Amino acid sequence: MIFDYLLSALALGMTFLFGSTGEIITEKAGHLNLGIPGIMCVGAAGGCAALHYLVVGGVMNGFVLVFVGILASFLAAAAMGLLYSFLAVTLKANQNVTGLALTTFGVGLMKFIIFDLKEGNSIPYLKALDAFRFPFSEQTNGLKYCGVMVFLAIIVALVASFVLFKTRTGLHLRAVGENPATADAAGINVTMYKYAATCVGSGIAGLGGLCYVMDYAGSREAYLSIEALGWLAIALVIFALWRPHMSIWGSVIFGALFIAGSFVPSLIPLKFLQTMETAPLLKMLPYLVTIIVLIITSIKDKKENQPPASLGLSYFREER
Amino acid sequence: MKNNKDRQETGVSAANAKERPVREPLFHVVKRAQLPLWKSIGIRIVAIVAALLLCGIMCFFLLDINPLTFYKTMIEGSFGTERRLWKLFKDIAVLLCISLAVTPAFKMRFWNIGAEGQVLVGCLATVACMRSLGGILPEPLLIVVMLVAALLAGAIWGLIPAVFKAKWGTNETLFTLMMNYVATYLVAYFLIKWTPNGSSTLGRLEHGHLPKLLDNEYLLTIIVVALLTVAMFIYLKYTKQGYEISVVGESQKTAGYIGINVKTVIIRTMIISGALCGLAGLLIVGALDHSVTTESAGGQGFTAIMVSWLAKFDPFTMVLTAFLIVFLQQGADRISSIFNISNAFPSIITGIILFFIIGCEFFINYKVVFTRREGKK
Repeated sequence: MIFDYLLSALALGMTFLFGSTGEIITEKAGHLNLGIPGIMCVGAAGGCAALHYLVVGGVMNGFVLVFVGILASFLAAAAMGLLYSFLAVTLKANQNVTGLALTTFGVGLMKFIIFDLKEGNSIPYLKALDAFRFPFSEQTNGLKYCGVMVFLAIIVALVASFVLFKTRTGLHLRAVGENPATADAAGINVTMYKYAATCVGSGIAGLGGLCYVMDYAGSREAYLSIEALGWLAIALVIFALWRPHMSIWGSVIFGALFIAGSFVPSLIPLKFLQTMETAPLLKMLPYLVTIIVLIITSIKDKKENQPPASLGLSYFREER
Repeated sequence: MKNNKDRQETGVSAANAKERPVREPLFHVVKRAQLPLWKSIGIRIVAIVAALLLCGIMCFFLLDINPLTFYKTMIEGSFGTERRLWKLFKDIAVLLCISLAVTPAFKMRFWNIGAEGQVLVGCLATVACMRSLGGILPEPLLIVVMLVAALLAGAIWGLIPAVFKAKWGTNETLFTLMMNYVATYLVAYFLIKWTPNGSSTLGRLEHGHLPKLLDNEYLLTIIVVALLTVAMFIYLKYTKQGYEISVVGESQKTAGYIGINVKTVIIRTMIISGALCGLAGLLIVGALDHSVTTESAGGQGFTAIMVSWLAKFDPFTMVLTAFLIVFLQQGADRISSIFNISNAFPSIITGIILFFIIGCEFFINYKVVFTRREGKK
């Protein structure tokens, strides 16, 4: 039972991990992208649409399904990132407003696309589920939630951490997020970095949507809950203090808290946990924990734990 | 790095320029001083028309809907019948109320994206009063208690992030965003607690309905919000506090220098902002729904941010932007029900139009200057 719980938490957490890794990369370039929930939705829609056409077209090769699904998801979400960058970087629009509009649009677009992905009563893209369970596709119990995307999420987070904190590219990216004017003076192509970070970040976040539909939930209605998970992914960024490797275990904690309502009452025989009312209170916990982390980091005021200094501000070279 | 080297070479030696001509960018962007009002309005109208044209064309190619039918259905959806017209006004009023509420905070550059949660706790407080005191207190007194409770609940929800922002500079965007979900699950908790059968749906409550004017259930809301619009305009433009808000928004350092207590202004403004969100909650519950769900605010807290920003924080312009958004949603709603397409259609239309309006701001604030190619053969 406890093993089941932890495994589910891990599997669900990977949705947050993709989302938060993507958002961290974007935020490191100084862009608070509130469109992440919408982008994750579009990622799911892109992936599912590609799988739909593959399955309908008779392609059942597991590797092709997984590869094309992930690629389509990444590209669809990156296209949303491109739209965001065009508005927020080139046209210098307000980031919060752009992000919120992107979420409105993305959620709508996903519902619109996925709604039509059916053949009579059957849902073709769900036939690809087995392929996504890749290493454990034979084992039915216990490991049923874990598949190839779980490993991908952890690898992506580790690579992102390495690139951000150990390479020159990462250093430049962080410089752009901290002080674009200085970075510009040092000869770093600010616009290019902002575009690249936002598009790659969005693409990674988009995989979170696909991960939830194809890996964790594997059901027709799954797509309806992606938006709520997207906001939690943004919360996880703060919880992880803008470090992708920290968000690996952070995502498992968030996953555990999110599904606590259905597991904890049977695991811990305390009377107050047995009532129905506790489920919403347990679901509130990730947000409360995030708020507390946000407050503590701002009070402690340690330099390395702060949001990027120019987060949320547009950069205009001729403005001094 | 390579870039840097290039720049040094071109800058340092003029002799070099002969072999390596100075590469000037094709164009550069300059900030505009002040665009005449008619021009800035013109640019926005062009953007909206272009967006609507794009939507029409897209619907024609993707969904096979005749563009003329598209626009006609859209207009009918909002103005077609008297009932739809009243619904349009009501929806504008509620959205406008929340937009007005977030405006003072935005003017101060305090990104309060927690309106959703502040409205929701306002709803919750109102319902709590209706449930616990309904039938015990006389109706007029009950309504007063509801009003106080809703304002107080909203104000507290806004006050918490403000205090931390003022004292420790805690990031308010992320804080208020999180508070939304705390509010949502708080409502979910009380819904389970209040419905012993486990359905989590609270029926219409009998007591504490706000009075109907002229036998119309929407009229009171509309009048209250109209008055609020005027009041907010006066508050922001002609009072000392309104002045302080704009100074803090322009530059906190300047504000400190001329003797404005920035912390007090931040906290005071967020109390006002939160309380007005609470008022919106009271209107939603007391005058319209008479009940509460976790969806009572229905994403309007987020839409209100865009309404307020698109109007450049001017209360009267907000009437127009709120109208635009509600009109689009209601019109697109009608289209999706008539042509039997997904009910997500309104959000797509709204999204596209928002992108155009957001993008067109660039041409209002900046201009693109093309570099003159002199001496070029």
